[in-house]
Amino acid sequence: MSEVLWAIGRTSGIVSLILFTASIVLGILTRRGRPLPGLPRFGVVMVHRSVSLLAAVFLVLHVVTLLGDSYAKLNLVDVIVPFLGSFQPFWQGLGTVAFDLVLAVIITSLLRHRIGDRAFRFVHWFVYALWPVAVLHSIGNGTDGSSPGFVLLVAACSIAVVSAVIWRFSARSTPPPTAGRPSSDPRLVQNRPGRSAR
Amino acid sequence: MSAREQAPAARLHIDWTRCDARGSCIELLAGRLVADEWGYPSAPGMNAAEQSDVPLRADELDAGRDAVELCPRLALTLRAPRS
Repeated sequence: MSEVLWAIGRTSGIVSLILFTASIVLGILTRRGRPLPGLPRFGVVMVHRSVSLLAAVFLVLHVVTLLGDSYAKLNLVDVIVPFLGSFQPFWQGLGTVAFDLVLAVIITSLLRHRIGDRAFRFVHWFVYALWPVAVLHSIGNGTDGSSPGFVLLVAACSIAVVSAVIWRFSARSTPPPTAGRPSSDPRLVQNRPGRSAR
Repeated sequence: MSAREQAPAARLHIDWTRCDARGSCIELLAGRLVADEWGYPSAPGMNAAEQSDVPLRADELDAGRDAVELCPRLALTLRAPRS
């Protein structure tokens, strides 16, 4: 039974890493605010959400199956408080840090309409810190951390995220421009009350 | 088919200080909203006040809720129809 849980724990961690990678790329595409081929703008948002929540489900599976694992000896405190573990506390702690940040990102995303755009965005920025921390955890703590197949997977995920991030901070990814919109246009002032107050 | 013929079920309020022309609402409420030349939502045939409080028919309510939920800038809210 313990062997089965261990296998599920490893696999769900790997699946979660792949899904979080996809989620980041989709999030960057969401921010671009343009449709993809065959997917309207709101569709990009919905796929980003669904993939993120699915990634979180596998993350929870990853943590729960390793609770009480004979090697990891993970307890409930280790799930929330990093670097106190008994097996490779540093590498496990990185996983805990990433898990805590994922929790914060998901809670603020679900409460986006209550807490407002600014708080939501602020917490969402931590995703860029969370992902590398999670990758380091997978390499350092993972049973398969240095196997060629896993190294190849991490390399592919890293290429995907790094190129998406580079593209996100380049000028070409910016949402449809509003700076060029002539807000003092008399047509707007006449026809669009309130818009000129931007 | 216009909202003037039936009593509107709700108003979609657009906060122009937040709207950033991302266009999700225009896709979701395709019969009601169109993009103006800068990509901002515009309700054809509606008067100036209704551009910021767009009347929605009952059959447009679901799409309106989706638009509120999915607006990346939180610029939309649903309000009770003007009586």
